[in-house]
Amino acid sequence: MTTTQAAHPDRVPDEPLVAPGDHGGLHNVFRERYLLRLLVKKELQARYQGSFLGLVWSYVQPLVRFLAYYLVVGYVLGLNRGVQNFPLHIFAGMVMVHYFTETFSAGTRSIVRNGGLIQKLSMPREMFPVASMLVSGYHTLPQLGILLVAVLITGWDPTLADVGAGLLGFAIIATFGMALALLFSAANVFFRDFHNIVQTVGIFVTWSAPMIYPYDRIADLVGGTWIEQVYLANPIANGVLLFQQLFWIPTTDPDTTPIPLMPDHLLTRGLIVLAACLVILAFSQWVFSRLEGKFAERL
Amino acid sequence: MGTESIVVSGVTKRFTMQYHRTLKQITIAALRRQPLGETFLAVDDVSFTVRQGEAIGLMGLNGSGKSTLLKLISGVMQPDGGTVRTRGRVAGLIAAGAGFHPQLTGRDNVYLNAAILGMSEAETKRKFDQIIDFAAVGKFLDTPTGHYSSGMSARLGFAVAAFAESDIFLADEVLAVGDQPFKKKCLQRMAEIKAEGRTLFYVSHSPGSVRRMCDRALVLESGRLGFDGPVDEGIHYLKYDASDSRPEDDEIGADI
Ligand SMILES: Nc1ncnc2c1ncn2[C@@H]1O[C@H](COP(=O)(O)OP(=O)(O)OP(=O)(O)O)[C@@H](O)[C@H]1O
Ligand SMILES: [Mg+2]
Repeated sequence: MTTTQAAHPDRVPDEPLVAPGDHGGLHNVFRERYLLRLLVKKELQARYQGSFLGLVWSYVQPLVRFLAYYLVVGYVLGLNRGVQNFPLHIFAGMVMVHYFTETFSAGTRSIVRNGGLIQKLSMPREMFPVASMLVSGYHTLPQLGILLVAVLITGWDPTLADVGAGLLGFAIIATFGMALALLFSAANVFFRDFHNIVQTVGIFVTWSAPMIYPYDRIADLVGGTWIEQVYLANPIANGVLLFQQLFWIPTTDPDTTPIPLMPDHLLTRGLIVLAACLVILAFSQWVFSRLEGKFAERL
Repeated sequence: MGTESIVVSGVTKRFTMQYHRTLKQITIAALRRQPLGETFLAVDDVSFTVRQGEAIGLMGLNGSGKSTLLKLISGVMQPDGGTVRTRGRVAGLIAAGAGFHPQLTGRDNVYLNAAILGMSEAETKRKFDQIIDFAAVGKFLDTPTGHYSSGMSARLGFAVAAFAESDIFLADEVLAVGDQPFKKKCLQRMAEIKAEGRTLFYVSHSPGSVRRMCDRALVLESGRLGFDGPVDEGIHYLKYDASDSRPEDDEIGADI
């Protein structure tokens, strides 16, 4: 066992013996900012690789969807007459829903798609879903810009509380999207069914938030019942409402009909939902770190 | 503080022979009373300690668990039993071919790989020319690595790992796909790495190069550590020096 060649005691790194591959989870991802930046850059390139129009697609899709909603729901179904500034109502909701579904679906595929790296190199694997979330955020920025221009043209006078509500809504959607991306990206390694589930959920999400219909329809139908409470506990619905509190309500007139309606205690509800989302995120991280040890062999 | 660089104790890695992935497969397997997942030990109760600066030659037949052991040491895989502990940064090339993203260019992959190996942007910029000179992929540096020949990606992957700051260097099948001039360069570079006092973990099927590079041999036999000791005895243990092998085989080994 012993060898004649002397070890190099002077070359011994001044570090303890550690278990390799233990990177310590989500909060360490943000410590390795340089690597994260490279991965985000890579994702941005990869998402529209080989496509002629490239980033234009992230405008075309939402635009077409917006037009479809607005024309069908607004004119064919006639909801246009029931809601003040209905286009803003739809668009504010769409920005958040789109951000969520993008984070969720790109995040879920992120681990499998980066299998080549994961099988050969050791790094915090949370990097990949986090990078997906950041890239989705980046793609949401132009939509936010358009929304901002639209509300300014319409006439916009938000209070500080409205700004707080908007930020809270964004935080809820980001946290919830991240949590699900983390959970599903790990699950997707074991059963590729999960990215089909994501698409199914995506359809549901569009209808689960007051985007193409106003909240007062829910209040009319199930107001005061437990169903309404469940509806409002949904992080997507909650985040969308908070976001509309910033980008839709301040453009409307509370004294003309149809009177814009928001649930009571919106901010309080938002804070509770955010806390719940953080708990879900912690749980997802826990599951992820249980499963990540097996990624390399199952990819 | 001790001078151990790698401490592997009682390490076991269990793989499933076949994963039943679909509901149909699982149902059929259950109906036929087949086991849902037959498992085997790819690494079976392996223990050894490597001191900083040692050069280890890891040998064994195909499928004996060498690459798996390297993955456990680099942290890509986690052991099912026992513990692996390492001191300092680990870099290297595992199971021929680097961890490249096929859509990225060679240049971008160098930066990404270096970042994963823990190098800062400044550090990578400083070493970039060295890496490129060594890999010598020429004008293909700015084409996607997905279109590289296997030799070319191995060259670039080896170059990044070999010039990254690390305390432990793992080299698996580095010479398997390279051409003769590149093999010479690789061996030279590994000799430098060894001279710098980094721990070298070298997987090879060629007794000649192990004899030249390493101070100690480990031999894996279907996942078990069959031999741990001097290189010549290790080669003899594996019967790689058996009389029926023509002498020029080892010549080739010594050559590369
Ligand atoms: N992800 C995996 N899932 C299931 N079995 C695996 C997996 N990876 C490796 N194996 C099996 O583990 C055993 C050891 O493989 P390993 O790659 O470590 O062999 P090796 O010693 O490196 O062989 P070679 O000399 O051919 O490179 C093989 O039987 C292989 O089929
Ligand atoms: Mg191998």
